[in-house]
Amino acid sequence: MPRRDDIESILLIGSGPIVIGQACEFDYSGTQACRVLREEGYRVILLNSNPATIMTDPEFADATYVEPLTLEVLTEIIKVEQPDALLPTLGGQTALNLAMEAVESGVLDEHGVELIGADAEAIATAEDRENFKVAMLEVGLDCLRSGVAHTMEEAREVIAEIGLPVIIRPAYILGGRGTGMAHTMEEFERVASYGLDASPISEILIEESILGWKEYELEVMRDHADNCVIICSIENLDPMGVHTGDSITVAPSQTLTDIEYQKMRDDAFTCMRRVGVETGGSNVQFAVHPETGRQVVIEMNPRVSRSSALASKATGFPIAKIAARLAVGYTLDEIPNDITEKTPASFEPTIDYVVTKVPRWAFEKFPGTKPVLGTQMQSVGEVMAIGRTFTESLQKALRSLELGRFGLNCDAGEAAYDDMPLDELLDAASVGTPERIFQLEACLRRGKTVDEVYAATKVDPWFLDQMLVISEERARLAEVGLAAMSRLDWRRAKRLGFSDAQLAYLWSADGADVAAVAAARREAGVLPTYKTVDTCGAEFEADTPYHYSTWEDTTEVASSDRPKVIILGSGPNRIGQGIEFDYCCVHASFALRDAGFETIMVNCNPETVSTDYDTSDRLYFEPLTHDDVMNIIEAEEASAVAGGGPGIAGIIVSLGGQTPLKLAGDLPAGLVAGTSPESIDLAEDRERWNALCERLGIAQPPGGTAKDLDEALAVVAEVGYPALMRPSYVLGGRAMTIVHDEEGLRDAMAELAAFGSLGKEGGLSAERPVLVDRFLEDAIEVDVDAIRDHTGEVIIGGIMEHVEEAGVHSGDSACMIPPQSLSASVLAELEATTAALATELEVEGLLNVQYAVTAAGGDGSVYVLEANPRASRTVPFVAKATGRPLVKIATRVMLGATLAELREEGMLGDIAEGDHIAVKEAVLPFNRFPETDQLLGPEMRSTGEVMGIDLEVGLAFAKSQIAAGDLLPSEGAVFFSVADRDKAAGLAAAQAYRGLGFDIVATAGTAAMLRDAGVDVSGVAAKIGAPPDSDEGSVDLPDVVELIEAGRIQIVVNTPRGRGARADGAYIRNAASRAGLPLFTTIAAAAAAAHGIADMAAHPLQVRPLQAYHEGVHK
Amino acid sequence: MSAASGTPRVQPIEAALVLADGEVFEGEAFGARPDDGISSGEVVFNTVLAGYQEVITDPSYAGQIVTFTYPHLGNYGVNSEDHESRSTFLRGVVCRDLPRRHSNFRAETDLESFLISQGVAGIAGIDTRRLTRHIRDAGAMPGAFGAADEAALRAAAAAEPGTGGIDLVATVTCDAPYHRATTRDDGGRVWNVVALDYGIKSTIVEQLSRIANVTVVPASTSAEDILGHHPDGVFLSNGPGDPEAVVGATDTIGGLLGKLPIFGICLGHQLLSLTLGLSTYKLPFGHHGGNHPIRNLRTGIIEITSQNHNFNVVDEMVDGVEVTHVNINDHTVAGIACTDVPAFSVQYHPEAGPGPHDSRYLFADFDAMLADFHGGEN
Ligand SMILES: Nc1ncnc2c1ncn2[C@@H]1O[C@H](COP(=O)(O)OP(=O)(O)O)[C@@H](O)[C@H]1O
Ligand SMILES: Nc1ncnc2c1ncn2[C@@H]1O[C@H](COP(=O)(O)OP(=O)(O)O)[C@@H](O)[C@H]1O
Ligand SMILES: [Mg+2]
Ligand SMILES: [Mg+2]
Repeated sequence: MPRRDDIESILLIGSGPIVIGQACEFDYSGTQACRVLREEGYRVILLNSNPATIMTDPEFADATYVEPLTLEVLTEIIKVEQPDALLPTLGGQTALNLAMEAVESGVLDEHGVELIGADAEAIATAEDRENFKVAMLEVGLDCLRSGVAHTMEEAREVIAEIGLPVIIRPAYILGGRGTGMAHTMEEFERVASYGLDASPISEILIEESILGWKEYELEVMRDHADNCVIICSIENLDPMGVHTGDSITVAPSQTLTDIEYQKMRDDAFTCMRRVGVETGGSNVQFAVHPETGRQVVIEMNPRVSRSSALASKATGFPIAKIAARLAVGYTLDEIPNDITEKTPASFEPTIDYVVTKVPRWAFEKFPGTKPVLGTQMQSVGEVMAIGRTFTESLQKALRSLELGRFGLNCDAGEAAYDDMPLDELLDAASVGTPERIFQLEACLRRGKTVDEVYAATKVDPWFLDQMLVISEERARLAEVGLAAMSRLDWRRAKRLGFSDAQLAYLWSADGADVAAVAAARREAGVLPTYKTVDTCGAEFEADTPYHYSTWEDTTEVASSDRPKVIILGSGPNRIGQGIEFDYCCVHASFALRDAGFETIMVNCNPETVSTDYDTSDRLYFEPLTHDDVMNIIEAEEASAVAGGGPGIAGIIVSLGGQTPLKLAGDLPAGLVAGTSPESIDLAEDRERWNALCERLGIAQPPGGTAKDLDEALAVVAEVGYPALMRPSYVLGGRAMTIVHDEEGLRDAMAELAAFGSLGKEGGLSAERPVLVDRFLEDAIEVDVDAIRDHTGEVIIGGIMEHVEEAGVHSGDSACMIPPQSLSASVLAELEATTAALATELEVEGLLNVQYAVTAAGGDGSVYVLEANPRASRTVPFVAKATGRPLVKIATRVMLGATLAELREEGMLGDIAEGDHIAVKEAVLPFNRFPETDQLLGPEMRSTGEVMGIDLEVGLAFAKSQIAAGDLLPSEGAVFFSVADRDKAAGLAAAQAYRGLGFDIVATAGTAAMLRDAGVDVSGVAAKIGAPPDSDEGSVDLPDVVELIEAGRIQIVVNTPRGRGARADGAYIRNAASRAGLPLFTTIAAAAAAAHGIADMAAHPLQVRPLQAYHEGVHK
Repeated sequence: MSAASGTPRVQPIEAALVLADGEVFEGEAFGARPDDGISSGEVVFNTVLAGYQEVITDPSYAGQIVTFTYPHLGNYGVNSEDHESRSTFLRGVVCRDLPRRHSNFRAETDLESFLISQGVAGIAGIDTRRLTRHIRDAGAMPGAFGAADEAALRAAAAAEPGTGGIDLVATVTCDAPYHRATTRDDGGRVWNVVALDYGIKSTIVEQLSRIANVTVVPASTSAEDILGHHPDGVFLSNGPGDPEAVVGATDTIGGLLGKLPIFGICLGHQLLSLTLGLSTYKLPFGHHGGNHPIRNLRTGIIEITSQNHNFNVVDEMVDGVEVTHVNINDHTVAGIACTDVPAFSVQYHPEAGPGPHDSRYLFADFDAMLADFHGGEN
């Protein structure tokens, strides 16, 4: 049956902010769905709170609601839009759960909205672990012995039945949140109760542990005619026990015979049919016993998932796109395979290469949390690499991670493992950690046999032996030596995935460097070739240029006669560099394609829109290293020569965050589009930057640089406390700290010095001094994004006033457009200074400047904190708030267009001049790292962001809080415990809450201060741990942790008391987050929230699409 | 499990593959070592991701050198359960990489040792994607590979006849009848089926034995001798090469048509078609893989199928014949049925081994046809 004509409008739910376990793969799937459904002529209505996504670009839907993902909002949208259908399977767990709420609330029936792509019953069967197991047993599939519990009592009964060890998993959770292992009864008690809390329906599955079994996934698609196909099989290198999202995974499966694979295939279909997913994609996970082959079903996700994004990139089969078509009535055989164009989508992709995915973690940002992998996902991003063999793809993947590694060891990074005693090393490798893969190779290279390593780690011997092949070839190459390398030696080495950098390291003794190695290799005539991802193992012709490098006979890059632009992507998501930069790269590609360029995308992140094969004219799925990029440049120049084209017009390095910037310096001079690498350095180089600011008379926080304690003390003697310590050459405020006195300074320097946490990142030295600045207290932080063209014209894209004061990393603080408390003269000064900097830095493209404005509100003085002549994290937010496509404009400017010309083209539009306010709020992953203190500081730790938009500041802020997961209560008790220096401001906030009818509970000191000021404090909480009456007099309540656990507190306001605050403060903050209470660690945010609560009480909830705001909505 | 520690290849033995049209591919020799260092045959490619053991032991590959498009070959070793025949009949194996260690709980030996025991040579390290694209564009063609020098290989490739017009069935069929007792346990009637062995796969015999006692007879067996076994039905097996070259097959089938229910697979399907007056032709590079979509014209449902054939039945109108299945990649005929006598056949491999099980219902259809014909309620 073809397209359904009985529905006209479809409401799509996105996945909201980027969080661990749910990243930009859902922007990829959602964007594909939006495109397809509009191509099919449907009216598309989108709900997603994440402004950094492509899917929320106004042109991707007819009505785009950037609003909180709550039932209340969804209901409102349904009332306004009256959609015919709701498609919930492309927005991850979040969309699925919200859709389920909607079904239960009856709002869909009430408004005649049909749930398409999945039905409620199917979702319930798959998502509820008990129902699922029953269903599987019903159709004869093997599952694990287990039981379900809703209380600790029930849990104990179950454990009595199945016995330890067990794994405990909550129902309705994503990325394994709250999941854990228990080997002892103590562990069991802890993990079980944590799991019960984590599950929204407080239900956990207690299951026999099958640690060490082999883990597999199949990506399945089904249409309503019951045609079923497998898109991809994936085998985990890390055995059961490490979450798939945290495992190194390989496609296709490597160690299953056809007999076993076909059984798994049959079972996957049986599972999907029984669960009742009628159309779309699902993911079924299996475990296989390595000795007996017993095969059990672990779980199924009745929706597109992280794995289906991976499978799509791995095979070229666009699962989400097809799923969207199936949802509106098509059958697989009615949809063409857009890579071959000739064959239909009702087939099973076959591949002639190996794909390896490796996750990337951010443990260093969460002190207190051990970097140990388990059944709960903790990685923040991933890379994928394609090679003709496993060895090649693994080494490519490892160098794609951007952790300074050039492959599977054979680089400076391996020292760490070679110093360790061998048996210790093997013990270390027996635990899943980010380092494990490197430890495995080191163990093998240093003499452990494959069987010994297998016994200790349960990593399949096939994978281990492949690693050993790399080690042995390395030894052989070391003997051969650079001088004696034959063409066949080179070919062999390259085909095993060795990078020139690894070989240079290997031969460094004979003074070889990368350039020498590359030269010798070329001399020997061994050059990279590019093959194509075509879904069919070359059986049919493919027109889609989706390439990967490998070392074969012939290359498949087609000739071309159009001017080319190469866009370097941002690599794996990490904290500080995520989806917002992919957004920038994709926009650049769209803008340049429209302007007639041939766009060439280079990236290695499978979650992204940029690595969708039809985002750009050509896609190279490659590591973003110097070697790999230079090879691509060569290949594209060859393609231009062959096609008689003008060649490469430019390489874009300023839109992918730090990743491409780091490469800019060594790229062919003149090819870098826009702002020159020199200007970029100028802004980064402290000395030259200071000089520049002086020349322009721009104020900076007083400060200096120090490479040791004495120098640091000297600087502080000058600038005074508090001071901000920031190591140079780090990202996202890595390891920045605020010190309030000498003791703090000493601690911080110790931390930063070689032995501290930064040690492995280089420690301190003359080249890597620490920057010591006067810390500007109570300063308002402001971000400004601007564009300058080569004629010197500058436009200000947006001025963002942060809610939290300077000192909270710009990436972690809420901010609003337009600014609310800055005077006209301050705004004028900000614009003028930004323009002056743009001119002085000779920016051609985007510039982001961060300021701190002291003496809040009044005509305070403006200090510049830093300037980045590149796309900033805030660009997508500004574009969504103002309606002006900053990146598209900037990209055209980088390739020579002037703002005047673009104004002619109508590309500049005019900044929406309605009365709306947009607030960006950061989303932090603390729930994944319960041991870590939640304090916000100059080190960025958020994984994602949301936007709240409305006509009242308070409403916009409230929406941003709700979207970020904090439902602001309208009544109850607010707990205050604030640092002395915050007391004045704290008073105002407390009065505001009191005014709203909240009770005020405080700690002794804060309470005294409030009472003195005439605020009525309903209760004084004891010191943590101390019994109520221990404190002299006043105290009349137990400590706040107890109060929170007893549900007697609804909002927690706790600001850090400089040092020492950690102890109590950390308890309070963690208790708050365990209880899921709104927690404010700055008075500014607390006050804004009070404002929000007031406005929410005063105004009914209203939702409006971005398109309307961009037209201009007035009060 | 992954017991056998791999056989680390010492110094790689340089070797090359040369096609009849002169294309040369460099690689390394493995497996058996022919004295003259040359193996020749018709070069084809297969796109399965798993199932190399079944492919390598499938008699239908007689006369052919099989290129595997999936780069790693031998990952899970070889076991004694998954063989498709008593031996191997292909002329050689081409792959990108031969891992030295395998891993699977059923593995008994590694692929290279198995090939050596079978006297089959292989060549690894080949840019198999370049080779596949070349065959896709130029068509399946003769080739020769090995450690011998290029000139010798070139000559061998030129001398190689390929598979057109040659009766390869004679080289693979059994020389005496043998029986396979039924395993039927669903209470259904147990049939007696004679299977003509044009190169039959074990999985087919196994699937047939789920409904019948199977008597496998040599391809040369006459209609009379077959009827002499008093079967309830006849099965026409898969097999290698050019259907038109199979001596006497159409007479035999002609002598059975209408007398008993007939079910044919692959070569058996082509031979039935020829008998019915349809003609066959050689596809440019054939269908060899486990992911080909077939539409069942009666149900409209798509079956993902296992395929292995270079020849195909022409899509033409013949009285009494209905086309039942079509390959929706290239719209070639994939299955037929007679409208007035009980006989049907498919071009692909419903038995799988290797490949998907989507089409196994065809054996049930045969069961039903037998019941229908013999009036035996089932
Ligand atoms: N019974 C078990 N024994 C050991 N490990 C398990 C078991 N069940 C699941 N796991 C591990 O936990 C991970 C997460 O489990 P899964 O059911 O996939 O939850 P999620 O919904 O978070 O993906 C799996 O990838 C697997 O590695
Ligand atoms: N002198 C200062 N006074 C107060 N806060 C500061 C000062 N310098 C930096 N900060 C805070 O530290 C954060 C990170 O500093 P920044 O230079 O922006 O590092 P990054 O390069 O990681 O963005 C800023 O967002 C700001 O909140
Ligand atoms: Mg899972
Ligand atoms: Mg900053």
